[in-house]
Amino acid sequence: MLLGALVLAPAASAGWFLPESAGSPNADAIRTLYILIALIGLVIFIGVEGLMIYSLFRFRARKGRVAAQIHGNTQLEIGWTVGAAAILIFLTVFTFVLLDDIKNPAASQIDADGNPVAASATFAALDQPAPPEGSEAMTIKVVGEQYAWSYFYPTEEGQDRVFAYNDMYVPIGMTVILDVQAKDVAHSWWIPPLGGKADAIPGYTNKTWFQIPLDALEEGQDRVVYEGQCAELCGRNHADMVARVIGLPYDDWVAWRDQKAQEIKEAQEEAAARREEIQASEGGE
Amino acid sequence: MEAATARPQITVREVDRPRRGWVTWLTTTDHKKIGILYLLTVLVFFIIGGVEALLMRIQLGVPDNTFLTPEKYNEIFTLHGTTMVFLVVVPVWAGFANYFVPLMIGARDVAFPRLNAWSYWMFLFGGLALYGSLFFTPPEAGWFSYVPLSLKEYTPSNGQEAWIYMVHLTGLASVLGAINFIATIHNMRAPGMGWGRMPLFVWTMLIYSYLVVLALTSLAATVTMLLLDRNFGTNFFDPAEGGSALLWQHLFWFFGHPEVYILVLPAFGIFSEVLPVFARKPIFGYKAIAAATAGIAFLGMLVWAHHMFATPMSTVVLAFFMLSSFLIAVPTGVKIFNWVATLWRGTIEFRVALLFCVGGIGTFLMGGITGIFLAVFPVDWQLTDTYFVVAHFHYTAFGASAFAMVAALYYWFPKMTGRLMNEGLGKISFWLFLIGFHLTFLIQHSAGLDGMPRRIYEYAESAGWSEMNLISTIGAFVLALSVLITIINMVRSLKRGPIAGPDPWKGNTLEWFTPSPPPENNFDAVPRVRSVEPMKDIRRQIERQTGVPQRFESGKPMVNA
Repeated sequence: MLLGALVLAPAASAGWFLPESAGSPNADAIRTLYILIALIGLVIFIGVEGLMIYSLFRFRARKGRVAAQIHGNTQLEIGWTVGAAAILIFLTVFTFVLLDDIKNPAASQIDADGNPVAASATFAALDQPAPPEGSEAMTIKVVGEQYAWSYFYPTEEGQDRVFAYNDMYVPIGMTVILDVQAKDVAHSWWIPPLGGKADAIPGYTNKTWFQIPLDALEEGQDRVVYEGQCAELCGRNHADMVARVIGLPYDDWVAWRDQKAQEIKEAQEEAAARREEIQASEGGE
Repeated sequence: MEAATARPQITVREVDRPRRGWVTWLTTTDHKKIGILYLLTVLVFFIIGGVEALLMRIQLGVPDNTFLTPEKYNEIFTLHGTTMVFLVVVPVWAGFANYFVPLMIGARDVAFPRLNAWSYWMFLFGGLALYGSLFFTPPEAGWFSYVPLSLKEYTPSNGQEAWIYMVHLTGLASVLGAINFIATIHNMRAPGMGWGRMPLFVWTMLIYSYLVVLALTSLAATVTMLLLDRNFGTNFFDPAEGGSALLWQHLFWFFGHPEVYILVLPAFGIFSEVLPVFARKPIFGYKAIAAATAGIAFLGMLVWAHHMFATPMSTVVLAFFMLSSFLIAVPTGVKIFNWVATLWRGTIEFRVALLFCVGGIGTFLMGGITGIFLAVFPVDWQLTDTYFVVAHFHYTAFGASAFAMVAALYYWFPKMTGRLMNEGLGKISFWLFLIGFHLTFLIQHSAGLDGMPRRIYEYAESAGWSEMNLISTIGAFVLALSVLITIINMVRSLKRGPIAGPDPWKGNTLEWFTPSPPPENNFDAVPRVRSVEPMKDIRRQIERQTGVPQRFESGKPMVNA
């Protein structure tokens, strides 16, 4: 009962006692798991520390007291060994029960046109190439480098061009799968309320995902912003390698994407023109 | 074993005049002198490492601080971690063990005294190699030196080479020292001291030694690969050339996690020696504690990837390392239960050594519990590389090792110097140590949960971590004050401490059989060992033969101090 109440309690905004959550379902499941371990840990903590402090006072040296010469108690010792093992077996089972919710992306709450859909099955696995039938998801390639994050969005021309730096704009309700990579040294992608870290290791692609729930957008707000920063030492300015994920309603996001695409196109055309100019001037000499 | 009992038949014709002065310290092969050299060197490095910690805490005490540049900050945390691991906690046990393992097993020295001296000097020069870099550029890629950051392309300074040479020299020192301990413990125990009667500190040092041989040789190979990559054009770790950046992490933690137990097992040994003496009760479950030590060491070789849960790994691998990390909690828990049971129904003397032990056990337990959070890999994805982890390993490494280190100092100082340390100052130091420690590190769990990553040189006011960090900084200074008091106590007691006599605590093990400080040959005659607590047997025998009570009476002052 207590466990249920705690799990269902609204997420505290500050993380003094619990990991951050409420940004993405995987972060919420991690928080649930954390609470369970915390409860078990609290019982062990109170039990053992209590017994030790009690012993220290109850059995302190006094005149006339004689220490009991006990060398051990096999039954007791087997008992607490088995007890400790049993707690850990329980924890293992519970972890695997929750693991699917954490590791495997949830189905999007919106369809390809941004309309809400009813909740359906989760993906079978994170490394599954395509989302299941009837569910939409977006894959963004995240590349860490000293000291910035760059994002490669899926576009009609493929996914080989940087679309944005540091601020990642995503549609609220859409499941976002991240392919995390690194260009130079190791980094670690982490936006606390959106779930756990994914280390960015050069030469490897790490996977993680998040989904900003539809109800995350508060009344009167036009966006929801989550902040994080690089979590793996990546050099002197490691502390300055920040990232934000900005959730927009689907239509706003489409507008952002189209505008961004337009800007990039113009910039490319300008660069191409400039290149031709330079080549022309060089060739003329 | 006969050699240990038979009296040597030597006819003396000429006797060398006993040498005095500092040269004897440079040329000594006496395990006790080498032990003291180790401990004094460790003390210096501990102070340096502590000052580095204070510099970091000053920098983080307020948001947007400019006390240290990012470069200096990275150098300082690299030096702090490296110093505390390689130059403080590993050698502090080598120091105590050098002095006490031969005494506890009734030997006259270690098996290879000259090798022993060489180990010490290599350790010292390893430390000097690292700190020599202060005059050039210190290393700045962290004590774990992850590639590619530690490769020449990203860390061009030779500080990284200084770090590698330090690892090589101290590593070789530790391995040779460990071989020495293994040979000594296997071959030179007093008559009657079977495996089941060996003191638990000796048990933990034996296992420590085996772990050192397994883990530090692996590290030596690993850092050699880094040296080659940096200077000789190999590409073990460069993904662009077919190398692997993850390979370093696997190899480093294959050393790194056994290393954790190298730091902590001898601390468990100290707890297991000191608690029975001051509870006036035999250790509860001797065999279980010895077996748990071996079990922890074995499992400790199989958990390394739990440091890497956020790297790309398949679920099967993640699950394996979660389960192996869980398994290790069982023998560790068994030890804690045994210690508490040792206190149960004893008559507990609140001497400083005991206080540091129970403080250490209570603190270590909290580190063990936070370890369960970190072993569950999905939870670790949130916690890893944050201040939660910083708090966790300080609760384990500092909670067990540093508390035990100070406990061992108060416990064995009278044996090493012949004088007792001041109890009053010791108790003040203990309470400041306990309060300072928890003030510094408890709040860091919250900072981590609130999203503060490790190894950042600054944070913004808006991040909301200001109060937490200020509390932590204040705690660090309380802790420093406590260490200062213990150092003053130590220096003061050298001259002014009350005379201890051979056995001030009425101890259980053989080091208390010989005068304090022990003569160069340790024992004129080695008694036959009939139990885990030979000194208890000896006191009983004296009582029977002389009729003078030798037993300790509860409630009376232990020593005339």
